[in-house]
Amino acid sequence: MELLFFIALGFLALVGAIGVVVSRNAVYSALALLLNFAVLAVMYFMLNAQFLGVVQVIVYTGAIVVLFLFVIMLIGGQLAPGSTLASGRRQTRVAALILSVLMAVGLSIVVVLGALAPTTGIVPDFGSVQAIGQVLFTEYLLPFELASVLLLVAMIGAVVLARRPKKL
Amino acid sequence: MDTIPTNYYLILSAIIFVIGALGVLVRRNALIIFMCVEMMLNAVNLTFIALARQFGQLDGQIFVFMVMAVAAAEVAVGLAIVMAMVWHRDTTNVDEIDLLKG
Repeated sequence: MELLFFIALGFLALVGAIGVVVSRNAVYSALALLLNFAVLAVMYFMLNAQFLGVVQVIVYTGAIVVLFLFVIMLIGGQLAPGSTLASGRRQTRVAALILSVLMAVGLSIVVVLGALAPTTGIVPDFGSVQAIGQVLFTEYLLPFELASVLLLVAMIGAVVLARRPKKL
Repeated sequence: MDTIPTNYYLILSAIIFVIGALGVLVRRNALIIFMCVEMMLNAVNLTFIALARQFGQLDGQIFVFMVMAVAAAEVAVGLAIVMAMVWHRDTTNVDEIDLLKG
């Protein structure tokens, strides 16, 4: 039963992922990306990562996809001629295809060969807000604070970069 | 309740990662390339969380948290660069971005 649920979710995630790559319109790409992110959030819940599941919904589907849609609508959703899937150089496409097949095969081989033991005994509150906070504010306090500095710098950078040029 | 083997999550995440990489290589629209990069980051996040459960350690989840923070910063700056690109060159095609070429 749970496996069936997983397969359905995985299928949806792949539909979203492929949709991002093949869509002609950037808005459809963003919506497919939304589907992919939402499905991954559900998977985080299945993997005992409740906190990260909620953060995924808030940060990715709530903020990042909306930001994408905002920019798409600001600059026009229709793609310039020559930016659809089939417009790249032929060599690029062939090389990309070969590389992806190689990468998929390699990753799958590694995953299948490195057989992992079945998961045993997860502590009940694994991945809860309390557990994450406990680790985040003791062992990982410095990276946490540095992340806040990074976000501040990114915010200032975005404001400076996105200003309309004064004269052109 | 039997749980799903970690391997299944890893394979799914590998496939999503490869699709994202394919998109980065094939598409020429800067916005779509950004979306594909986000998708690859998410695929890696799924790996981290699956393995965090596998080994019963929270470090993987903390790392995913950090990846999300960096991804948010990256998207903010990246989209600002796309906006600047549109204002200066009126294009989102990455093949036409050659201002530094002299």
